[in-house]
Amino acid sequence: MIPELGQFALILALCMSLVLATVPMIGSLNNTPGWVALARPAALGQFTFLMISFGCLVNAFLTNDFSVLYVAQNGNSQLPDIYKISAVWGAHEGSLLLWALTLGTWTVAVSLFSRKLPAEVLARVLSVMGMVSIGFISFLLFTSNPFERIFPVPLEGGDLNPLLQDFGLAIHPPMLYMGYVGLSVAFSFAIAALIGGKLDAAWARWSRPWTLIAWVFLTLGIGLGSWWAYYELGWGGWWFWDPVENASFMPWLVATALIHSLAVTEKRGAFKRWTVLLALTAFSLSLLGTFLVRSGVLTSVHSFAADPARGLFILIFLCIVIGGSLLLYAWRAPEVTSGGRFDLFCRETLLLGNNVLLVVITAFILLGTLAPLIYDAMGWGKISVGFPWFTTMFVIFTPFLVMLMGIGPLARWKKQDPGALARQLRLALLVSVGGGILLALPLFHEGNIWIGLAVMLSLWVVSSLVLSLRQRFKYRKGLAGLLRDFGARGSGSYYGMIIAHFGIAVFIIGVTFVTQFDVEQDIRMSPGQTVELAGHTFRFDGAEAVQGPNYRADRGTIRVFNSSGQEVAVLNPEKRTYLVQTKPMTEAGIDPGFTRDIYVSLGETLGNGDWSLRLYYKPFVRWIWLGCILMGLGGLLAATDRRYRMAALRKTVAEPVASKRLATEGRV
Amino acid sequence: MTRYLRYLVPLAIFFILVAFLYRGLSLDPKRVPSPLVGKPMPAFVLPRLQDPAATISDTDLKGKVSILNIWATWCVSCRAEHEVLLLLAKTGKVDIYGLNYKDERPKAQQWLLQLGDPYAANAFDADGRTGIDWGVYGAPETFIMDKQGIIRHKHIGPLTVDALNNEILPLIAELQSTP
Repeated sequence: MIPELGQFALILALCMSLVLATVPMIGSLNNTPGWVALARPAALGQFTFLMISFGCLVNAFLTNDFSVLYVAQNGNSQLPDIYKISAVWGAHEGSLLLWALTLGTWTVAVSLFSRKLPAEVLARVLSVMGMVSIGFISFLLFTSNPFERIFPVPLEGGDLNPLLQDFGLAIHPPMLYMGYVGLSVAFSFAIAALIGGKLDAAWARWSRPWTLIAWVFLTLGIGLGSWWAYYELGWGGWWFWDPVENASFMPWLVATALIHSLAVTEKRGAFKRWTVLLALTAFSLSLLGTFLVRSGVLTSVHSFAADPARGLFILIFLCIVIGGSLLLYAWRAPEVTSGGRFDLFCRETLLLGNNVLLVVITAFILLGTLAPLIYDAMGWGKISVGFPWFTTMFVIFTPFLVMLMGIGPLARWKKQDPGALARQLRLALLVSVGGGILLALPLFHEGNIWIGLAVMLSLWVVSSLVLSLRQRFKYRKGLAGLLRDFGARGSGSYYGMIIAHFGIAVFIIGVTFVTQFDVEQDIRMSPGQTVELAGHTFRFDGAEAVQGPNYRADRGTIRVFNSSGQEVAVLNPEKRTYLVQTKPMTEAGIDPGFTRDIYVSLGETLGNGDWSLRLYYKPFVRWIWLGCILMGLGGLLAATDRRYRMAALRKTVAEPVASKRLATEGRV
Repeated sequence: MTRYLRYLVPLAIFFILVAFLYRGLSLDPKRVPSPLVGKPMPAFVLPRLQDPAATISDTDLKGKVSILNIWATWCVSCRAEHEVLLLLAKTGKVDIYGLNYKDERPKAQQWLLQLGDPYAANAFDADGRTGIDWGVYGAPETFIMDKQGIIRHKHIGPLTVDALNNEILPLIAELQSTP
């Protein structure tokens, strides 16, 4: 009964999204206030029914209702409760429902927190979100119904994929979806602005906090996925350039370009068409990601059950949403006036450089991701594009991006004297180049050019950030000045930028050090045997059988000693066999540290208590995720900048004045 | 006019992309031809599922067109496939042999009792050793062998009525007609 209720709620949610997509939009076009006013209740209704529907599916998992096919495939009565809940999004149907619910949540959030938007703008934004929602809910209902029944009812469920029975992966998809779907807000704002023909600073200011929050979720979601892959897959990798990872990385890159370009549009009224195009592209890429993951056109470790019918549905949906929006762009964009004149060298052009680089990187990733498909389609044979290609491409472009990142925050809007800027940055250049050369010398670790480059880029970013802070505090001295500065409008944006850019510097160090100095060894060990690796002694103390809630495991004990013989860590890697899906799983034993991780995973048992073991020493690997967290924090701080709330409080008529005043203050 | 044309560039790029994606839908990236197709089936000797004392080997499958279906009670897709197998068995055109893969004997026997038994005989591969020789990486999988015991086709995933009518049955008819 309850599953039918869930399906019925889903149908009602579709009805609500149909209303949301049409009535307020039409009302806004022919000035019918009553129709416009329907946007908010329709958004709320859609959200409520999606929530009910989702709740019903959660309930089916919690009560082990194996008469529901999806639950029978992915649930199990032995599963701990938390994984019964995360099993809801463990496969295609349920994760799509989560996607729809996330979209409903963003829609309702926009309707609640944008009360000061002009009613017809809000109506259009919500309407566009409703249109996207129609696509996803009907996709669910017509091709991927999670509430389908099965008869005869199996006694036990097929269980959640053991890989997904993990806390990190329980929260990774919701995070990522919040990011993906959050980009639909920027998309909808852009469409609404194109329809209304008003691409102004006010539009940019409205979309900025939403875009930032979506970007924060995306950043943390990707970081979380990478962290999970690292500790769960048992071979210590943190990024694989897998099509599905790329599918999340491309929207991230474009969203990064978008938050920078929105800044220019808000402050200077420039790059309007470009900004709109980025907003459309960012969400289009996250839709494309959905297609790649769920249609089975590419092979990926993440693939869901592939079904050509589903693929065709999403492709048609893509054509309507992306094709329609780009058509609207082609029609309306020529009429947009380009405002805000600026010199050849100023913050605008530097940000443009950042945008171009980010888009070029995205294009290369897209090409690399689709290359197997393109080759196959053209009859050129089968290829696989792997690590070396992506890494080379990335290493070529990122240094330029980081160089710009050092200059940008110090440059002025509109007009910047290159000589003056160069004088300002002299110290930063000295520190970074000096530091880089020093570390590339054979003095340390036999000389490594990559380490030198990474250190140089990181120091460049950090020292230019310090210079920027020093400049900011020139006239705000002491604690009082600092406090006054924190309270000021735009300070959230500024400190957010500082923290996020600092995060990039940290990230670069992490990535380079772990790729260059990572040491690993595959070895057969008998109990009591020791082995040396990266200045540490590893002693294998044997493995014993243990019993988990829904798995059996062999748990090894490895003691790690440093060079002076002190015990550093006791690691307990496990080899688990889950009772239902009998796939063996490795749980790595990790001793995390600020400057290094020690990582051990159990291989195979070789008889007589011997095991094959994999030992890793991973310097600075934590810095990768620390960098992601800092970026996320920075984004959050920027999104909560006081001026967005102030702007919301002010009468919208006063917007242009306010934006002009902010523009003259010359801050992001 | 040219002023307007450049705003159509993103749309044009998108449609090129769509063309490839559309083409991609009808291509299967996973269709890496099984290295076993065209080769004699791997040898095996295993206890029978219904009678642990008796054995079944690859020679039992030779001399006629035969099908080997890999299944297990823990596999939900196998349950979905079972109906199709019963349908195929009912045609009487071919002997279906089962490889009960990494399973428990009482459970598997119970399954056949409850859902019906389409198999001529079942091999019981408790530890999955034979499965490895056959290159099994997930149940269900289905192999079709000709009269000489050469593997002619491998179907990955559950058999569907569509696959039965369009691939399996025509192939069986073809193999039956050749000596």
